Amino acid sequence: MARSLKKGPFVDAHLWKKLAGEAAGNTRQVIKTWSRRSTVTPEFIGRTLAIHNGKKFIPVFITDNMVGHKLGEFAPTRHFVTHPTDKKVKKVP
Amino acid sequence: MARIAGVDLPRNKRMGTALTYIYGIGPVIAKDILAKAKVDENKRTDVLGEDEIARIRDVIEATYKVEGDLRREVSMNIKRLMDLGCYRGLRHRKGLPVRGQRTHSNARTRRGGKRGVVRR
Repeated sequence: MARSLKKGPFVDAHLWKKLAGEAAGNTRQVIKTWSRRSTVTPEFIGRTLAIHNGKKFIPVFITDNMVGHKLGEFAPTRHFVTHPTDKKVKKVP
Repeated sequence: MARIAGVDLPRNKRMGTALTYIYGIGPVIAKDILAKAKVDENKRTDVLGEDEIARIRDVIEATYKVEGDLRREVSMNIKRLMDLGCYRGLRHRKGLPVRGQRTHSNARTRRGGKRGVVRR
């Protein structure tokens, strides 16, 4: 079910503080965050966030199309493993 | 034979059903259109007068997105997701189910037909 409009989009308070506070004057600075559940709001546009995927931080540049999505959507948590291609098969004489 | 929204020529069916042959119009919207255009939904396409067809056409044009426009909108939405690099876009790119369904088994619609083990 959709979230109540009255509440507005959800952004973790600590992330919001970081965005508005210390880094406000310095938009170049990459913000590291674990807050995958936060919604991207227009204030994020043009910033680079390093979003944790459970293992490392994925740097994501926020564009205006991304507004309304959650941060976690941009940092995949799973790594898709394929078998190596059969290049070495021919080596056997 | 009536031609509404470009290419569709449904025929010999009750109007409530005939309109659903247009992409983007289902039974509910078809009924709604006919009510607005003041056309009896039990009437068949053949017996419809020119004025009635014109009214239906006007209602559809004014209120609904159908056929090419709708198809374009849908594919643009998907393209947006793919260009964004978000999870849903990645799933679209790989041709896997987008809404969290399992892929260990099933998901044949998205993943394409069966590729079974060859039996002897």
